[in-house]
Amino acid sequence: MRKGIYISAPSVLTPLGFTMEENLSAIKRGEIGIELHRNPKMLDRPFYASLVDSENLDKSFSELANPDAFTKLEKMMILSLKKTLEMSGSNITPGSALIIATTKGNIDLLEKDAADIDRKELSQLAGVIKDFFKFQKPPVVLSNACVSGLMAVSVGKRLMENDSCNEVFIVSGDIVSAFTLSGFDAFKAYSDKPCKPYSKYRNGITLGEAAASVLISSKGDSVGSAEILGERSCNDANHISGPSRTGEGLFRAINGALEDSELGPEHIDAICAHGTATLYNDEMEAIAFDRAKLTHVPLNSLKGYYGHTTGAAGLLEAIIAIESMNENTLYPSAGMDEAGVSKPLNIISRLESKPIRHLLKTSSGFGGINTAVVFRKNSSK
Amino acid sequence: MKENLKIQSYCRITNNSIVVNGQSVFENKAAVFPEILKLAYRQLNLNYPKFFKMDTLSRLAFLSAELLLKGSHNSNTAIVLSNRSGSLDTDLKHQQTIDSGDYPSPSIFVYTLPNIGTGEIAIRHKLRSENAFFVFEEFNAEFLQDYSSILINSAKSEQVLCGWVEVDNHNIDGFMFLAGKQGEYDLDTNIIEKLYKA
Repeated sequence: MRKGIYISAPSVLTPLGFTMEENLSAIKRGEIGIELHRNPKMLDRPFYASLVDSENLDKSFSELANPDAFTKLEKMMILSLKKTLEMSGSNITPGSALIIATTKGNIDLLEKDAADIDRKELSQLAGVIKDFFKFQKPPVVLSNACVSGLMAVSVGKRLMENDSCNEVFIVSGDIVSAFTLSGFDAFKAYSDKPCKPYSKYRNGITLGEAAASVLISSKGDSVGSAEILGERSCNDANHISGPSRTGEGLFRAINGALEDSELGPEHIDAICAHGTATLYNDEMEAIAFDRAKLTHVPLNSLKGYYGHTTGAAGLLEAIIAIESMNENTLYPSAGMDEAGVSKPLNIISRLESKPIRHLLKTSSGFGGINTAVVFRKNSSK
Repeated sequence: MKENLKIQSYCRITNNSIVVNGQSVFENKAAVFPEILKLAYRQLNLNYPKFFKMDTLSRLAFLSAELLLKGSHNSNTAIVLSNRSGSLDTDLKHQQTIDSGDYPSPSIFVYTLPNIGTGEIAIRHKLRSENAFFVFEEFNAEFLQDYSSILINSAKSEQVLCGWVEVDNHNIDGFMFLAGKQGEYDLDTNIIEKLYKA
């Protein structure tokens, strides 16, 4: 018999709140974290983004340690992981693994006027988190573009199945900086309004900041848990920055995750997709979902609330989607008006009750990588 | 049932030499960082103009894969890479364009993710397979052994192209091996460590 591996003790830190409750009630009220910002140091014109307020962050963080001794991202990650640890009821032992999922880490330290602190390397960021919580194993940083957060869940499950560790703590996070804003702007992929996933009027991404953390373990009885049933990652082998026109990698990742779960498309009750609101990404997803016979399944993208939180996105969105499964409620896809993809998707337009037993979460990223994970409502509780 | 997995082949690339399965295939004591990658590309008679668009990290990953996959390989070969500084070498170039007030270049920005090299290898060898990019403080033979074994033992992959691709200001430190069911060496942490340090 296969052993059950569970995700539990979820914690998120976003502009919609530093607790799960605040985030869920904001989503239910239709509130979004994306606002218009004016900061010439970040971009030469006003831009929409979902940013974590630094003053609030420092205020919350000062209960744990001196806010001046840590970077913004470190404070976000530490606060989030602290909550997961408390909720999990677990102690860190020599067998506890730490996975950190991020694309750019402390990238703001590359800026000329950045504080004189040398933590540009992802491994140094990992060291800070490891030391703060006194993990003993070397931390594992997963930096796999925009699938990092979701892929961390599948890596965690694999390590648990192989008995490589006792349990896995995952913390994911990314910040918005001049570095990333200017890059996506140069790609002509930055939206001039809050992003509109799958809409006919979508014209690019909106960036966002978030940290999210969970415990991956064989304990099915801890807070907010769900079983990680199946997972798979596949490369498109097509283009380093353009999504495949046939959705090949995503299609294969979804099929692999379903196969791993011993389920068919008819068993999936809800999909929390990637939906970045670029022209090509959303179209690619529609084609992949069509090929996977999943276009009838209620689907959302949470980017309309949080923006694209890059390395954190996959985990943040999986956590919110698992909460929606556990309370049998579909959350609307913010920013959606008129559908603008070539295959009809069942995009969730209003808050609605629906029994959800199996949830599919997908992410896709630069480098051509796609990840799909199937979660099952934890019936052992 | 866990099989006894093997290392089929391995290669080592540093500033001045390239060694495959213990045999030197290229050496140039005068080569300065990161010249060796271009020199080796020419000597190996590769015809892949996209190579010249890649950043140093991707070129290192790409060349290592060329050396190990040039024979026949299974299409279900996973790509698992790791290093210490992510894409910092190219991050600094993108930051320089921002600092100098120039318009950032999309062709630099796209390489500010360490996993792009896995994408380059996937495209070149048509590998619609598992990929991952990990970052560690130092070469982590134990994790690479563990993760590549998991991929093969769980039947997610037939083979794993696995390694360490580190590029910093002055140095190239590349080590890659192809793990599978056949090969001369056992897929063992101590052996990986030994081959890396050789």
